[in-house]
Amino acid sequence: MHEIGLIQTVIDEVGRAARENNIKRVTKVRLVVGRMNGAIPDALEFAFSVLSPETMFEGAELEIESVPVRLRCPRCGAESVVEELAYFCPECGARAEIVSGQELYIDYFEGDDGKEDAREGSDGPEDTAGQRAGGP
Amino acid sequence: MPVKVVMAQKILRANEQVARENRERLNRLPTVNLISSPGAGKTTLLEKTIQSLRGEFNIGVVEGDIYTTRDAERIAGQGAEVVQVNTAGLCHLDANMVGRALDQLELDGLDLLFIENVGNLVCPAEFDLGEDYKVALLSVAEGGDKPEKYPLVFRESQAVVINKSDLLPYTDFDMNKVREEIRTINPDTRIFVTSATTGEGLEAWCAWLGDIVRRKRSATG
Repeated sequence: MHEIGLIQTVIDEVGRAARENNIKRVTKVRLVVGRMNGAIPDALEFAFSVLSPETMFEGAELEIESVPVRLRCPRCGAESVVEELAYFCPECGARAEIVSGQELYIDYFEGDDGKEDAREGSDGPEDTAGQRAGGP
Repeated sequence: MPVKVVMAQKILRANEQVARENRERLNRLPTVNLISSPGAGKTTLLEKTIQSLRGEFNIGVVEGDIYTTRDAERIAGQGAEVVQVNTAGLCHLDANMVGRALDQLELDGLDLLFIENVGNLVCPAEFDLGEDYKVALLSVAEGGDKPEKYPLVFRESQAVVINKSDLLPYTDFDMNKVREEIRTINPDTRIFVTSATTGEGLEAWCAWLGDIVRRKRSATG
């Protein structure tokens, strides 16, 4: 499989979004991966551990939500979660539609923009030069 | 200060974008993405297909391989226009590689384009290349359990070719059971049984290819 390539894409895309948001360091990345998708969470984690050192992702947490395969039956309306890929409604045996389990996307990431938290108020260091973005 | 950025972005978004561009470039040229495990007979089937159809159609082939130009040389020997793509280790073709290959083909002069994917039943199924049809190729010698083991490629394919039918007497391949399993995964797919070596079944396969060429021609005028 191509988990290394997928994680490289995640690092490139999240890295770009981080820079656009003036984020210096990414602390967490959350992916959503359907169980029908060929990408294997363990292999994604391994790829992340190989590719993240010495980048803005160093030390970041990779969280992967594994989405089960869910079927919806057009005949009886039953929704079922199946362990393995299945094609027929477990309730009535009609051919069912697969409604989840194929996902492969970046949900969100968290990072640090290197600025002091304004909410800390007077406890924080003074912004003596008034250089903070959005200042008067 | 901690910041959370919601992306909700498909990891393969960039591939999907380039696949859309390829599809636009191929809007008059019927394109078949041929997917199988290594050694199922993609290249031999293509050689025989080109021999059958070259009198009627100009055929182009994007030949994907991890290494070597051996398959491209075989295809060029049949008189098709061929572009080799070496993925240098990558387990599938992606839309970018195909886009660069299309740059090297005279698309207006072609009637039918094949993309021979890297030998692999798993990863190629997940990458849209901009093709009209995915065709899964399965050989009798591999065993009949492949559709159930690798369902995605069979689900995504508009046609399945079961090749090396000449070897049926020497295996325990249960044709009816395999057909039934393929139908379970994908009730709408067409199934062709061929032997690229003896020529058995190639007529029906080539007739289907002729149909898809004519269908796209009449659709695009």
